[in-house]
Amino acid sequence: MVAGGVILLLVVAAVVGPLASPYAVDSLDWQHLAVGPFDSGSHWLGTDRLGRDLFVRTAHGVRISLVIGLVSTAISLVIGVTWGATAGFIGGRTDALMMRFVDVLYSLPYLFIVIILTTLFERGSLPVLFCAIGAVGWLTIARIVRGQTLSLARREFIEAARATGLSTPAILFRHIIPNLMGPIVAYATITIPQMILFESFLSFLGLGVQEPLASLGSLINDGAQEMQSAPWMLLVPAGFLVVLLMSFNLVGDALSDALDPRGQGGSRE
Amino acid sequence: MRWIHGGRVGRVSDVRSSGGAGVVLALERLNVTFESAHGAVRAVDDLSLTVGTGECLGVVGESGAGKSQAFLAALGLLAPNGRASGHARFGSVDLLTLRQPELDRIRGARIGMVFQDPMTSLTPHMRIGDQIAEPIIHHTGASSKEALRRALALLNRVHVTDAERRMRQYPHELSGGMRQRVMIAIALSCEPDLLIADEPTTALDVTIQAQILSLLAELKRSRGMSMVLITHDMSAVAGIADRVAVMRRGEVVEVATVGAVFKAPQHAYTRELLSAVRSVEVATGARVVALARDTPALELSDLRVNFKIRTSPFAKQQTVVAVDGVTLQLAAGEALGVVGESGSGKSTLARAALQLIRPQSGRVVWLGRQVDPMAQSALRPLRRDVQVIFQDPLASLDPRMTAAAIIAEPLRVHRPDLDRAGTEAAVIRALDLVRLNRELAERYPHELSGGQCQRVGIARAMVTQPQLLICDEPVSALDVTVQEQIVGLLADLAREAGLSIMFISHNLSVVRRLCDRILVLYLGRMMELAPAVSTYARPLHPYTQDLLESAPIPDPDVQPARLARALLGEPPSPLSPPSGCVYRTRCPHAAPICADRKPAWEAAEDGTRSVACHRWRELTL
Repeated sequence: MVAGGVILLLVVAAVVGPLASPYAVDSLDWQHLAVGPFDSGSHWLGTDRLGRDLFVRTAHGVRISLVIGLVSTAISLVIGVTWGATAGFIGGRTDALMMRFVDVLYSLPYLFIVIILTTLFERGSLPVLFCAIGAVGWLTIARIVRGQTLSLARREFIEAARATGLSTPAILFRHIIPNLMGPIVAYATITIPQMILFESFLSFLGLGVQEPLASLGSLINDGAQEMQSAPWMLLVPAGFLVVLLMSFNLVGDALSDALDPRGQGGSRE
Repeated sequence: MRWIHGGRVGRVSDVRSSGGAGVVLALERLNVTFESAHGAVRAVDDLSLTVGTGECLGVVGESGAGKSQAFLAALGLLAPNGRASGHARFGSVDLLTLRQPELDRIRGARIGMVFQDPMTSLTPHMRIGDQIAEPIIHHTGASSKEALRRALALLNRVHVTDAERRMRQYPHELSGGMRQRVMIAIALSCEPDLLIADEPTTALDVTIQAQILSLLAELKRSRGMSMVLITHDMSAVAGIADRVAVMRRGEVVEVATVGAVFKAPQHAYTRELLSAVRSVEVATGARVVALARDTPALELSDLRVNFKIRTSPFAKQQTVVAVDGVTLQLAAGEALGVVGESGSGKSTLARAALQLIRPQSGRVVWLGRQVDPMAQSALRPLRRDVQVIFQDPLASLDPRMTAAAIIAEPLRVHRPDLDRAGTEAAVIRALDLVRLNRELAERYPHELSGGQCQRVGIARAMVTQPQLLICDEPVSALDVTVQEQIVGLLADLAREAGLSIMFISHNLSVVRRLCDRILVLYLGRMMELAPAVSTYARPLHPYTQDLLESAPIPDPDVQPARLARALLGEPPSPLSPPSGCVYRTRCPHAAPICADRKPAWEAAEDGTRSVACHRWRELTL
């Protein structure tokens, strides 16, 4: 609950914050170069080396990180769940082929793929980033979902559905996938922070979001260079990142419990 | 005192009063409550019971009667949200006042426990020998070598065949009956004063149930061990208990000697439980079905189903013949019982008949139309007429759907023309048909009892108004009283809707009330097919006779002797079936010819019945 509130607060701050502040994300304030938090009245969290307002830039960073986290998780969920459930339910040779494909992708060094993708296309373009990150994320989901599907497919209610005459896609989408929601949601909420982290990592390497846009990763990268003279430049975005990631992890735990209809009420004999 | 240890001597035990000399366990004013989201729920209400030395107390009641909770509370094994008050005196101590470490010295050492599910009560990664040795080492401080030696002796004592080899095996390599024997061996490992068996035979076939009960009776006789046998089945206690306590809703409604409870039950509820187990003995199956009347509902000819399995990742692939040449016709409106132990291929037969798995060879004809498992999409419209009910009522329902959504599911496929109101009306009709309260429609499966879940399963099968219903052990996971209701419901449906039913069970007495004809299967082969009346009156195949003998009878005068005669052994591995007649390894009448030649499927008694046995003509069973 608390974690959900924190996420909501961060989202609101990320969306509304920059509007409330008199500064734009790329406006330079020559009077206040690299001031610390609360040193100057209007720069609540200080400014960076170029006099840009750190609060506004962090809020923007949260915004972009969130969008990347959510969109790429959604992409990997859709691909991963469909792929894994199909492989697990059909089984046999189809299953073997589909999962070997996943294994092959797994064994490619994904960082190189991402680097190649980002250099082939325009550097820092958001759609490319989504695809690059999402393409990596679905592999694990596919594996998890396949495993769960294998055990579900043997349950009697799936046999009952087959005996009823439901078609394979209908069984997949009506019976298998809804029953996988618990693990899927739990994994998705772990994936979102992973994606955010991965994006930060790419941005940190300079492969992600480009100036004048900012993501938490690129801000941390900038901050790290000023670590000794202006620690707030590192600590502010890093603090936001930590709080954001932790909140997602906590929400994931709570959601997977809440989404299980068996979890409600007491135990039965 | 000495005669008490003798256990059952004539009817001596019947006259012993509950408060007499030598009480092992006394529950006094025991209350158990569970905290739940909806407030406190009382599971056991002011319960007082005693277990005498050398006595077997049967505790009988339906699920939710609090019978298990009372004894779990005494042992400090309640779920974390449970609270117990009152006294549970064991010797000189009150178990409820003990702390964890003190309890641990008593549990397992002086009180042994056997639970219902022998698979989940054994640790999967430990060898059998180590599991039995563990409590011996823990409680007596014996060396591991000594403990293993004693473990082997225990396995022999509970009649585990090939005990030396079993010691090194893992739980999953053992059959259900073997596992339950191992559980009993563990419970006995420290020579306890009291053995508490909580539904020890509910998960087992009738034949194995008879063996386990017979083992418990023998232990009681030879060691004078005190025992509590908790069960929902009156007939399970008939052969072994000295006194019986009947529980309902957390209270004991009647306690008396076993003879008194069965012959002169005082409480109405006791009579209800007894009539549930007795009703199965009254065969109504005198219905004569005109076999050739019109198109049969189901025809199987020479059906064969193989499974390819590997016992380990490196082993050679082996073929298991699960169903070996089954030929039968199920007439329209007829109810056919298919009976056999686990591994007899009866569930595989059902799945092949339903075209859920592909037979290796043979023909399946539904309502005159030959079906081909390769063409699943062509099968789909036909499935409307052929429906199925499964064994585990909870597992066969999608946990994320409400009862109403589950029942409406087949309509989505077979009646896409129905609008929302039409679907709703059909669901309500189905609920009424299975006599399920309409208010339960919005509940999820886990909020329903086992019997209610099974009614939802039947409603789902009936909602498309099928002509053939295949029931795979539909009642074996239910309480006896609920079993009786469900079988009664199916019998009514069969009569009213003119439904053809294939009813699969491991227990011959369950199918008795419903079925017109009975097919007995063993290791995938047909042993005997006969009208129900003749099956019970005069079985031709020795296996049919043995199955009949295994079913418990709620009569304390007869049942002990029946238990003593319990069919020995377990079905051989289907990986290496015996030569000739597959039943010969357990058959008391086996002759040399049985090992040499496979018996032919012969017609008997003017062709009304058939049997596969070399010696059926000469045997009088």
